[in-house]
Amino acid sequence: MIPSPTMMTLTKAELADLLFEQVGLNKREAKDMVEAFFEEIRNALERGEGVKLSGFGNFQLRDKPQRPGRNPKTGEEIPITARRVVTFHASQKLKAEVEQSFDGSQA
Amino acid sequence: MTKSELIDRLAARFPQLVAKDADFAVKMILDAMSGALAAGDRIEIRGFGSFALNYRPPRTGRNPKSGEKVQVPEKWVPHFKAGKELRERVDNQPR
Repeated sequence: MIPSPTMMTLTKAELADLLFEQVGLNKREAKDMVEAFFEEIRNALERGEGVKLSGFGNFQLRDKPQRPGRNPKTGEEIPITARRVVTFHASQKLKAEVEQSFDGSQA
Repeated sequence: MTKSELIDRLAARFPQLVAKDADFAVKMILDAMSGALAAGDRIEIRGFGSFALNYRPPRTGRNPKSGEKVQVPEKWVPHFKAGKELRERVDNQPR
């Protein structure tokens, strides 16, 4: 199965609606909670701490050394500086859920 | 930071709510995100990043123990791309 043109996108607005409807937070609290959820994850990563959300996945930090790069337009060589990047590893549970709903039976 | 530490931090930010609300909210958000990916939908969180599925074509693999060839079917795997704000904040740390 190929993700179809009917594919939807989940955003903060939908998550806030869900907290309003299902958790009973008021609209302001629901919006703030969603914002705070992602802000706390950003804060942890900014402190250099990985984030482990069991059943969903882990956000980890990787320090990448400087490497040679090139300006694709001019061909000029410019080094790509050393940097710290975030990587996400989906949990076995999430991978299994995705594989299950995308196996041959639903193609 | 673990899920329960995240819940504690959120509970502390919302003293007007009962602690159970933060717990329920975190589980709700994560369930909705997993559900979206399982349905083949994308997730886009401005300032944080986006989650989508990446395609892995079928391939011939090998059982590392027996060396026997096995057909690995095509599959879709979750992929995260960090957004601009997250990329910059993570990289701006003094080392």
